Amino acid sequence: MNVDKRIKSFLLLTVVSALVIIVPAILINRSIIDGYVAQIITLAGINAIMAISVNIICGITGQLSLGQAGFMAVGAYTTIWLTQVAHLPLPLSIAAGGLMAAFMGFLIGFPTLKLSGDYLAIVTLGFGEILRVVFVNLKSVTGGPNGKQFTTLLAARADYAWLTVIGVLVLLVVVLQNFLRSTYGRAIFSVREDEIAANSSGISVFRYKMTGFVIAAFVAGIGGALYAPFIGFVKPDLSSFNRSVDYLIYVVLGGMGSITGSILAAFILTYLQEFLRFLQEYRLLFYPLILILVMLFRPQGLLGMKELSFVRLFDRLGALRRTSDGKKK
Amino acid sequence: MDSFVILVQQLINGLSLGSIYALIALGYTMVYGIVKLINFAHGDILMVGAYTGFYVLHAMGPSPVALLLAFSASMALCAVLGMTIERFAYRPLRSAPRLNSLITAIAVSLILQNGARVLPFVGPNPRQYPTMQTVNISAGGFGISNIQITVLLVSVILMIILNYIVNWTKIGKAMRAVSYDLKAASLMGISVNRVIAFTFALGSVLAAAGGILFATAYPQIDPTMGAMPGLKAFVAAVLGGIGSIPGAMLGGYILGVAETMTKGFLSSQFSDAISFGILILILLVKPTGIMGKKDRIKV
Amino acid sequence: MAKKSEASRHGFRIPDVLLNVEDISIVFGGLRAVSNFSCRLKKGELVGLIGPNGAGKTTVFNMLSGVYTPTEGEILFTDKNGRTVQVHNRKPHQLAKLGIARTFQNIRLFGNLSVLDNVLIAMHMQRRIGPLDAIFRTPAFYRDDERLRKKAVELLELFRIADKQDESASNLPYGEQRKLEIARALATDPALLLLDEPAAGMNPQETRELMELISFIRKRFDLTILLIEHDMKLVMGICERLIVLDYGRVIATGVPEEIRDNPAVIKAYLGEEAMIDA
Repeated sequence: MNVDKRIKSFLLLTVVSALVIIVPAILINRSIIDGYVAQIITLAGINAIMAISVNIICGITGQLSLGQAGFMAVGAYTTIWLTQVAHLPLPLSIAAGGLMAAFMGFLIGFPTLKLSGDYLAIVTLGFGEILRVVFVNLKSVTGGPNGKQFTTLLAARADYAWLTVIGVLVLLVVVLQNFLRSTYGRAIFSVREDEIAANSSGISVFRYKMTGFVIAAFVAGIGGALYAPFIGFVKPDLSSFNRSVDYLIYVVLGGMGSITGSILAAFILTYLQEFLRFLQEYRLLFYPLILILVMLFRPQGLLGMKELSFVRLFDRLGALRRTSDGKKK
Repeated sequence: MDSFVILVQQLINGLSLGSIYALIALGYTMVYGIVKLINFAHGDILMVGAYTGFYVLHAMGPSPVALLLAFSASMALCAVLGMTIERFAYRPLRSAPRLNSLITAIAVSLILQNGARVLPFVGPNPRQYPTMQTVNISAGGFGISNIQITVLLVSVILMIILNYIVNWTKIGKAMRAVSYDLKAASLMGISVNRVIAFTFALGSVLAAAGGILFATAYPQIDPTMGAMPGLKAFVAAVLGGIGSIPGAMLGGYILGVAETMTKGFLSSQFSDAISFGILILILLVKPTGIMGKKDRIKV
Repeated sequence: MAKKSEASRHGFRIPDVLLNVEDISIVFGGLRAVSNFSCRLKKGELVGLIGPNGAGKTTVFNMLSGVYTPTEGEILFTDKNGRTVQVHNRKPHQLAKLGIARTFQNIRLFGNLSVLDNVLIAMHMQRRIGPLDAIFRTPAFYRDDERLRKKAVELLELFRIADKQDESASNLPYGEQRKLEIARALATDPALLLLDEPAAGMNPQETRELMELISFIRKRFDLTILLIEHDMKLVMGICERLIVLDYGRVIATGVPEEIRDNPAVIKAYLGEEAMIDA
């Protein structure tokens, strides 16, 4: 890309990001967006982060992990512990929560990713469930099955919550996209496409599977680390398999391999979740049914592996405007 | 002396529990061996089997005749269910990437669980399972109940029948052929679709029996009851060597005994965690399992 | 110039030998798929590995490229620094770094990625930047990205598929997919190129073009090539030397003319009846 184009996209994306982060925060602050809606859209932001985590390991690296909620719980409890017991400032605890999750990802990934892909699914499933049992029993740290309170500024101030969550979301997306649109990203994609060919082309498949897995664990940890102060309350079932499956559903619907797809799906489905409350129990049947239908009839979901590009959108709008001007003459 | 009694008692308990795990593990291992799919919905077939048995026993009262009918009805129903799931959810995705099939399997599992929850005559609340009077036979400090004897007997009989089918019948030979090489088997004139359907049916029959036995031994049933035993049975299958039928039986018993030993000597809270501990251990030490062989990829 | 004497087990001193395969065998379960395969490839040679179907040719390739580990024997390779290294116990990506590249009998492209990306991935090893450069989009990142892209496009131009560089690899017609596989293998900057049935499924015209292409890249990139092929025109046309495999064993080696008239070879391919007629 030449320098002009680079500067143009940089400016465009900075402006869009700033608007997305700041405008709703102001609206929330002025109570133009009420507290209930603010909660939903901020939760959607956290769900988007979790969906991205699932997408990184499942959609981009091509490995099925069913334990991202486990890493989320690791991030959540680490943040709580560091803030309440070690008295670290919240931003530091959040970062540490992500790193702790990444470390656990490294520990689990190392023996498991050397084996064929099916094993990762089972190990990560077990990981999430064992963690739940462990957290239930570690009453002193986690408050046991009844959960732990974690009152923070984020739980109290909805506009700060939005700023933090969406700010982190945007940052994550930028860093990830930069990483993926490089030779490193291509190396990870090759692992997804064909491991044997990737190996023969000089890509250490094990190393890049680990990379994808650890990054995904980190992102999930950050998701949990933001969830805890925002919701203000964490229970051990945060790491359950069912939750991991929920996030997987977002990714499948949004398109495995598309980060913007995951964000879109997370926002739409989080909103739908509230909207569909009247379905009650049938809601639990609704989602897996949709999942099967998507798998059978449109496995690429909404966006497949493509990304929504603001730059392309902008260009197209610009082109439209130019033709309409031309017509006027 | 005391520990010895606990040891033997937990061994007996473990063999009983292990029989159930073995029955379920067999279904996992046969399906994986033939289509390389981890059938996440398998544990939920156990649940359907248990509930079918529940309705039969509820209607007829717990008697040996009713029990026999319960087994027959649930095995038949689950066989049909297993084949239906294979036909409509898994077969269309046989040529798709593995990730898609695994996700579909998860979805099927959730549909079964949540479907049971919303069905008016099932409902999310646990039900008490109708069982016969428990008769305990004690000797020298440890005892075995008639229920445990039933579990062991029924499981062993079923496993013997399975062994006969797989090793001494034509369809069994076809199953083994397809699990070695699907394409070659179809070129040899084997109807691969029918063999796969049969395998699913067979596995589901065993899971149904396992479900009734499980409910008889732990008489509280609810729609999510299949999830944990299903997961543990899968660990058992991996432990024994995924794809290996004797391995699944061995793995089931080892896991059952390990779990009851943990309950007896450590704490019942960690008995769930022990199965995952074993999983991690076997993956670190011998990932192909006790009786598994290394799968060569054809390049 | 006096030739140095034959090597001892741990190092050979014949200066222009690139690959020294010593007596490799592999056993699968009870089956001995390949027995006592040996060969020596000198730098710049173009050798053909032929034999009837199921003879074990691809299995040999898999051992040479690290996909399988031989149960017996050794494989020694001269790396780019002139050192002799053991490669029979190394993994494929390590061999790629050392300079051994291969193509596959059943095409294994990165289907969902673009033609250009397929080649760029094989150049990942040649990057001069780190992950932080990518994340922070440093000038070094753009320079290196540009450098590798240029190299990749040049390679694609040699194969005459540069115009399709942004297309999905799976959308290419069959013949071009085969060419892309070879281009991708070349992108790893190899010294030894293993081609597994490069002409499979090609018509005579395409095969002729392929023969020219192989001769061309051999000269241009200073390659040593070992190829498996069933198309006898190609084999006889460009191979300097042939190794014939049957039931996992070498049954003949020599120049194409000798091999063509070798009775053991004829028998292996065509059976006893052909012997009686001949």
